[in-house]
Amino acid sequence: MKKVVAIKEYCVACGLCEVYCATVHSRYPDSVLKAFKLSPQKPVSRVFLEKSEQWSGGIQCRHCKDAPCIAACITGAMYRNRDGIVLLDEERCVQCSTCVIACPYGLIKESDMGGRKVLLKCDLCYQLAESPTCVTYCPNEALIWVEEGETL
Amino acid sequence: MAISLKLPEFLVVRDKERCIECQVCVNQCANEAHIWDQDLEQVVSNDVACVNCHRCVVYCPTRALRIEEWKQDFKKNANWDGISIKQTYLQAESGGTLLIGMGNDKAYPIYWDHLLLNASQVTNPSIDPLREPIELRTYLGRKPDLLKNPSAFREELPPQLQLEVPVMFSAMSFGSVSLNTHRSLAAAASELGIYWNAGEGGLHEDLFSYSPKTIVQVASGRFGINASMLKRAGGIEIKIGQGAKPGIGGHLPGEKVEEDVSRTRRIPYGSDAISPAPHHDIYSIEDLRQLIYSLKEATAYERVVGVKVAAVHNIAAIASGIARAGADIIVLDGFRGGTGAAPLRIRDNVGLPAEFALAAVDQRLREEGIRNEVSLVIAGGIRNSADIIKAIALGADAIYIGTAALIALGCHMCQKCYTGKCNWGIATQQPDLVRRVNPKIGRERLVNLVRSWEHEMKEMLGGMGINAIESLRGNRLMLRGVGLNAKELEILGIKAAGE
Repeated sequence: MKKVVAIKEYCVACGLCEVYCATVHSRYPDSVLKAFKLSPQKPVSRVFLEKSEQWSGGIQCRHCKDAPCIAACITGAMYRNRDGIVLLDEERCVQCSTCVIACPYGLIKESDMGGRKVLLKCDLCYQLAESPTCVTYCPNEALIWVEEGETL
Repeated sequence: MAISLKLPEFLVVRDKERCIECQVCVNQCANEAHIWDQDLEQVVSNDVACVNCHRCVVYCPTRALRIEEWKQDFKKNANWDGISIKQTYLQAESGGTLLIGMGNDKAYPIYWDHLLLNASQVTNPSIDPLREPIELRTYLGRKPDLLKNPSAFREELPPQLQLEVPVMFSAMSFGSVSLNTHRSLAAAASELGIYWNAGEGGLHEDLFSYSPKTIVQVASGRFGINASMLKRAGGIEIKIGQGAKPGIGGHLPGEKVEEDVSRTRRIPYGSDAISPAPHHDIYSIEDLRQLIYSLKEATAYERVVGVKVAAVHNIAAIASGIARAGADIIVLDGFRGGTGAAPLRIRDNVGLPAEFALAAVDQRLREEGIRNEVSLVIAGGIRNSADIIKAIALGADAIYIGTAALIALGCHMCQKCYTGKCNWGIATQQPDLVRRVNPKIGRERLVNLVRSWEHEMKEMLGGMGINAIESLRGNRLMLRGVGLNAKELEILGIKAAGE
C-alpha cells in the first residue's frame, strides 16, 4: 500500500502540511480561511511537524501492518479498511485513549473539541481521489506518496 | 545607548481579516521579522528586520501578507535623496564599508532595450521553427585559421565545449551558494547539454558525476584546485575579475566555511576564505600566458581554458592580450553582473555595460584577425532570450546567466546574499535554510527556463529567416538602435532604426 514518506533533507518546517490537513478535515475542506475563521473550534491537524536542530519532517500515522492500536482498541472502533488504511470509527469510539498509549509513534492525538474529547489520526485522505492533502500541498515536495519499499 | 537613526526599509502588511495565526511566516523568516507573541496569542511584525524577500508572502496560505516600502518622506532634495541620507546614517553608526549582494541596481541605460531585431518580409522568407529545424548548437573554443587540406573538408579541432543552447550557468561558488543550489545547476546543465560553472570554491565530491558538464574556476584564491579536479572537469576558467566588483577580491567569512565547504575548498574549518584582488602570479599578459599554458599542460591540452574579466575601460586591448596569451574563451562580465557580496560603491560605480564591452572586443578582435582564436562569452545582466539573441548578433558566441538562474530557483532579489541568511536557501550554508532548495524542483525549473528561451530564440531566428545561430553571430545588420546617440551607435557598430 502507498504511504506518505517525509524527506527530511527537503522539509522546510513551514507547517503548511498541518494547515492543510486541519482544513481538509474541517467543516470547510475547500477553504483555509473559512476553516480557521468559521469553525467553532480551531481545526486540528492529524499530521505533526516534528522539528529539531538537525532535521524536520511532517509525520503521521504509519498504518502499521500489525497495528497495535487495532489490537488495543476496546470497542473495535479502530479498524483497517480494504485498502489497508487504519481508520477510527468515531461512532464506536468511547475516547478511552488506549490507542494513544498503544501507538509506538505517538501519532494518535487527543484533542479537545469544545469540552468533548476526540481522538484524531491520519486517514490518508482516503476519501479523496488524489494524493493525501499534506502531500499535495507540501511546497518543497518533502512529503511524498509512494508504495512501501519503493526507492526514492 | 545612543538612539539609532535607522528606519525600517519595509513595512509588513498583515491583513487581520485573513491571518489565521498559523505561524507559517514565523517558521519561514530567518530574519525574525515575524514573531509569535505568546501573551497576545498572535503573530506580530518586526518591520526593521524585514528584507522584502517575499518568502512569507509566497508561503502564507491565506494571502494575508504583503510587503510595502516603508514610506517616510524626507524634505525634497534632488541631491540628498532619502537613500543617500539613510546610507550616511548607516555608515555613521557602523563605521564600515556598505556591503550588498546581486548586481548593480542603478538606473543606468540598459542598451539591450535600445536594440531592435530585424524580421523577414516579402524579399526573403521567414522560417517556422515548428516546421523546420533551427540549429542552436554552439561550440566554444579556438577555431583553426583555415582548412589545411581544403579538398578533405576536415580539420583537426582543438578542444571545444559543445552547447545545445548558447547559454551557460555562470560561476557561483560553493560557499557563496548552497550545495543544493549547485546540485540544481549541475543536474540542469547536464540535462540541457550545456555547461555550468562551479565558481572559485572547487567542486563538491557529490557532484563529480556532473564533472563533464562542469567548468571549474581558477581564481586568485585557488580554492579546491588540484590536478585531478582539473582533469575531471569539462572546462577550465581563469577568473581575473567579475562585473559586480572589478578590481576587488573576495572574502568568504569563516562562519560560512563549514565542514563541506572547508573540505571542498581545502582550507581549514572556520577560517576566512580570502581571494586576493589580483592573482599574485599574474601581473602581465605574459604571466597570464604562463598560467593558461600550465593549465593546458596539466590537462594534456584536452581542455578548453577560458579567461573571465570584468568589463572595464580599454577592454578591447585587454581582450586582445588575453587572446594572444592563448585563451580559448574570453568571458566579458558587464557591470550588471551579480555577486554574493560586494562593496556597494564598487558595485554601483565601476565597470562598463556588457553590451559596449562585447561590441568593442568583437570589433577589435576582427580587426586584428584573431577573432577565430577565441570564443566570446558575455555575462552580466542577461534577463531573457531577446537579450541573448541581441548579444549573439553583437558578436557573442554564448552567454552566461547567473542572476536569471537564481531567480528561477526562487531568488526574489532582496540583495541580502551577504548576510548568509537567504530565506530561499540559495546564498546560505545554514542547514535549515539549505533544505529549502529541493534540487529535483530546482533542476526542473532551470530546465524549463532554458527550454522556454530555446523556443523563443528559435522563433526570433526563424522570423529573421535564419536557421542556424551561427548565421546570426556577429551579424549586426540584424540590429538597429533606437534612442541612442551617434557615438553609442558607432561603438555598438549598428545603424539607427529607420536606416
